[in-house]
Amino acid sequence: MDPALVFLALTSVLLLGSSRLTRCIRLVAFQGVLLAALTIAAHANEITLRVVMLAALILALKGAAFPWLLSRVLRGAEVRREIEPMVSYMLSMAAGTFGLVLSFWLSARLPLPTLPTSTLVVPVALFTTLVGLFLIVSRRTALMQVLAYLVLENGIYTFGVAVVEGMPMIVELGILLDVFVAVFVMGIAIFHINREFDHIDADQLTMLRDWTG
Amino acid sequence: MTEASIGSPLAALCLSPLLLGVIGRTKAIMAGRTGAPLLQPYRDVAKLLRKAAVYSRTTTWVFRAGPVVGLAAVLGATALIPLGGVPAACSFEGDLFLFAYLFGLLRFFAVVAALDTGSSFEGMGASREVAFAAIAEPVLLLALAAVARQVGSVSLTTMYAGVDASAWSGGFPTSALLAGALVVVFLAENARVPVDDPTTHLELTMIHEVMVLDHGGPDLAFILYGGAVKLWVLGALIVGLIVPVRSGNLWLDGAAAIAGMFGLAVVTGLIESSMARWRLVRVPQLLVGAGVLSVLALVLTLR
Repeated sequence: MDPALVFLALTSVLLLGSSRLTRCIRLVAFQGVLLAALTIAAHANEITLRVVMLAALILALKGAAFPWLLSRVLRGAEVRREIEPMVSYMLSMAAGTFGLVLSFWLSARLPLPTLPTSTLVVPVALFTTLVGLFLIVSRRTALMQVLAYLVLENGIYTFGVAVVEGMPMIVELGILLDVFVAVFVMGIAIFHINREFDHIDADQLTMLRDWTG
Repeated sequence: MTEASIGSPLAALCLSPLLLGVIGRTKAIMAGRTGAPLLQPYRDVAKLLRKAAVYSRTTTWVFRAGPVVGLAAVLGATALIPLGGVPAACSFEGDLFLFAYLFGLLRFFAVVAALDTGSSFEGMGASREVAFAAIAEPVLLLALAAVARQVGSVSLTTMYAGVDASAWSGGFPTSALLAGALVVVFLAENARVPVDDPTTHLELTMIHEVMVLDHGGPDLAFILYGGAVKLWVLGALIVGLIVPVRSGNLWLDGAAAIAGMFGLAVVTGLIESSMARWRLVRVPQLLVGAGVLSVLALVLTLR
């Protein structure tokens, strides 16, 4: 499962450095595929129907449904790229390098109740979560923030898949459902923001106020 | 120093222009042309050496020293670089820093000589060269540090002798990450696409070419030959990693490494014919990306 984890970290770095939204959507979809592979790999010694179903569900939702939904929104919004991020792409990637070192340093000091399935899991999970947080605060377009939310969730899932042995399936399904509803609602919200204001720049929404006429 | 140790510098000195010829031929074939003969770079160097140099009255000795010091620096680097399993001509603990900073010396003199002409175009090229090198240099050092950490030595010959097939089997191959980072440094340092276009002659977009506009005759031959040797030496860093043939038989190891070098030249030609030069603002992103690869490789070897 080490290759999948390394690729997960690399896609996160690529997300920090890419401005084209379609490319970001594809990268997040690839992360979904990696998570499905990770689920299988984490339970490689006893592949049960439960594991296969969970992996298939992740693949269907994160690898196919979310990207499809978000590309539809993107087509409607007629925005091709993040206009002006608060932090430049190069600085973002430099911050990513720093975050990578930080998460490896932090995970070496983190006491865990159970031994993780791979020594890479915890640092990569922390790093992906950090990247998600960073993207949420540093990008302006609403769509990019939804993608960042998904990256954040991917990080948390990675942490769970390898550290917590045998999490009840109902919990995992519940989380997936929550994410699905969140992305769905956010997709609709972006669509409406775009129709109302002709842009999806979340930064400008701070200027909204009650109609005082 | 044994007889075997002159093999690596000798190969670098004799075969490096052929590497340029292979890149050119690959690009020509990809574009559907016949292309220049494979030995054309040798002929270019010979032609330039027969010519006389012309110096502008505004230049000083710095301008004349540039190509000579540059060539001396790369020739020094050939003595330090092992060719796969074939040891370098001389090696000592910490020679990788000397290796990295010989290129720093080469760049410094190329830049100073360009500034000495007082041409605004050359100044622009010099500024770009230094800006990109400032990012490429730490990437190179980090990547070498990762290899050094893997093998537990800070001498290039010992480092590359320790890289063997086992580097590709256990866990995730950090060698793949390192090779990715080093390929970007290789393209950037040698002014190839997507960082710089070696064939362009439009001053506004050039980086390396624009710095050598005022050199002519033997000076230009030195620069051309020095560039070819630099291509070979930096390529040897990558080939040493991705062709882990360490049989103990020097002829076999050397032949595998030389085959790897020409494979790398073909790959460079393919990269150059399949993509365009990137906008200048995006080049630092590419280099920082390579930096992430080498940092990741380093933390993977550290844990």
